[in-house]
Amino acid sequence: MTATAPPAVIDEDGLGVLVATLVAQGRTVVGPTVRDGAIVLAELTSSAALPYGWGVDLDAGRYRLVRREDRAVFAHSAGPQSWKSWLHPARERLWSADRTPEGDVTFTAAEPEAPAYAFLGVRPCDLRAIAIQDWVLTGGRHPDTGYGRRRRRALLIAAECTEPGATCFCVSTGGGPAADPGYDLALTEIVDDDGHRFLVRAGSEEGARLLDALPHRRADFVTEASARGAVDAARDRMGRALPPVDLRTLLGGSLAADRWDDVADRCLTCGNCTMVCPTCFCVTTEEVTDLTGDHTERWQRWDSCFDLDFSHLHEGPVRASPRARYRQWLTHKLSTWHDQFDSSGCVGCGRCVAWCPAGIDLTEEVAALHAESGTETRR
Amino acid sequence: MSGLPVPHLVTDRRVETADTVTLRLEPVGAALAEFTPGQFAMVHSFGRGEIPLSVSSVQSTGGLAHTVRAVGAVSAGLCAARVGDVLGVHGPYGTGWELERARGRDVLVVAGGIGLAPLRPLVLEALADPGGYGRISVLVGARTPGDLIARDDLARWRTAYTAVTVDRPDAHWDGDVGVVTRLLDRAPFAPERTWAFVCGPEPMIRATARDLARLGVPPHRVRVSLERNMRCATGHCGHCQLGPLLICRDGPVVGWDRAEPLLSVREL
Repeated sequence: MTATAPPAVIDEDGLGVLVATLVAQGRTVVGPTVRDGAIVLAELTSSAALPYGWGVDLDAGRYRLVRREDRAVFAHSAGPQSWKSWLHPARERLWSADRTPEGDVTFTAAEPEAPAYAFLGVRPCDLRAIAIQDWVLTGGRHPDTGYGRRRRRALLIAAECTEPGATCFCVSTGGGPAADPGYDLALTEIVDDDGHRFLVRAGSEEGARLLDALPHRRADFVTEASARGAVDAARDRMGRALPPVDLRTLLGGSLAADRWDDVADRCLTCGNCTMVCPTCFCVTTEEVTDLTGDHTERWQRWDSCFDLDFSHLHEGPVRASPRARYRQWLTHKLSTWHDQFDSSGCVGCGRCVAWCPAGIDLTEEVAALHAESGTETRR
Repeated sequence: MSGLPVPHLVTDRRVETADTVTLRLEPVGAALAEFTPGQFAMVHSFGRGEIPLSVSSVQSTGGLAHTVRAVGAVSAGLCAARVGDVLGVHGPYGTGWELERARGRDVLVVAGGIGLAPLRPLVLEALADPGGYGRISVLVGARTPGDLIARDDLARWRTAYTAVTVDRPDAHWDGDVGVVTRLLDRAPFAPERTWAFVCGPEPMIRATARDLARLGVPPHRVRVSLERNMRCATGHCGHCQLGPLLICRDGPVVGWDRAEPLLSVREL
């Protein structure tokens, strides 16, 4: 079988063999599982840990697990984490330096062996988020070597979206519930009268080899049509939408809008939206020394543009007000990201809406800015 | 993240002001790629961390040097470095002044305080090429006479015009008093055939660039060097954003045509 081979079908047992095969290959398998009242991403040792029969009930500032009537595994919206937790970890050592009694200094790059990840259940919005981070972190003049190493070895198994949540708006960001190229395997889960099964397409040679190792059958017409139908239906069931305008221009032209004062009154500048966002990449660095004072390490950790220190210069922060910090985040995401990295920084996963403790809704804020700007709907 | 520091030996330490020194550096082993005037390096003080520092001298104009003012833990550590100490340096990063674009034109350099440091190699490069440029003028402003750096250079440079002004004179000062923009009237340059290079505190950059625009220097020929918080220098930490720009990648030197609309938005 090759990457252009026809779609296949696996059942629950096949999913179990998939996880077992990846584990047997020595891969670190990461996928969804139920923990602490949420569907989180964690290392899986078998498919038994997948969230069979769990769904989620979402809204702005609200996230609840709910029992489903079926045994669907991937019928839940994006949880609090994204794959950046593994590809672009929250804390990472960059390099260390040692000083001899004579004063000679040597610098040593931290080059940890990259785990061979297999990400199981990557939603199409997150597949796009990974592609965006790829470009941000490895597409420029100075590629992030740690990210690049982890990313090159990671196998991506997408799960197409058939169950968007109330905070989802991927379609209005130019995406959709179907998986774009970039995956090694794409699964589409189907639960109907014919049973619980997954349509599987290979997107790479490695994915094709993996599929070959699973108990599978060639996709039948009914299963294919059912899978396509479920994904098409999901496209029309997005919980939210961004206004159909050129967002880059709208945000770029709204720097003086009154709406920023309104949202600043509600924003706690806690940075939750940046932590859960699958494309937010900002980091800071810190120096850590040992007790001898002759060994020092440089560490990188996630940072947030909502932090007052983020824009600190010697005379104080550039963006001191919550208004300026919220404006920075939203205009970066939807407008200046285009200038910097040739794409939007938003994939419409809805995490920032669900995990904002104040229930601030990005789509609502953009709609308000659009209304204030008085521009025509263009698209 | 990339950019492993390369050990550099401090070969000379020159005290510029009460809180500012210039450190001359030589690589202990393999050298970094050549810096061009206006670019910057990340310079590491052992156990304290690293900060971005413009080059105040480049390899081709007398070897690598940085001028650093003690304003925080890392810069204070660097200021305290002694000859023979080893510092970590990586770079070059960012855009340079691109002096060559001014070939055949008048060159106007306007500096505020320590902003003269990144302009110093540009002046040296221009002066090393007699006939390459039109008239070369250097205008410098400082808060007090004690805050002036590169005094020897200012006395030695054989430019068409060099002038210094201070905000607050002391008992010994008999020179100009006031903001640096007041010196523009006396400097010999023809606005329509001038390239201006400006570095200093943001209000000073704004005032200078606006006056130059009023005098008729086209905004894209006013090159300004901007400052934002930089943690990585490689475009990955996000700290140095100024609207669409990542200053470490798209700057620090940009044309006033790009900088003006951004610097006119409060808290951008």
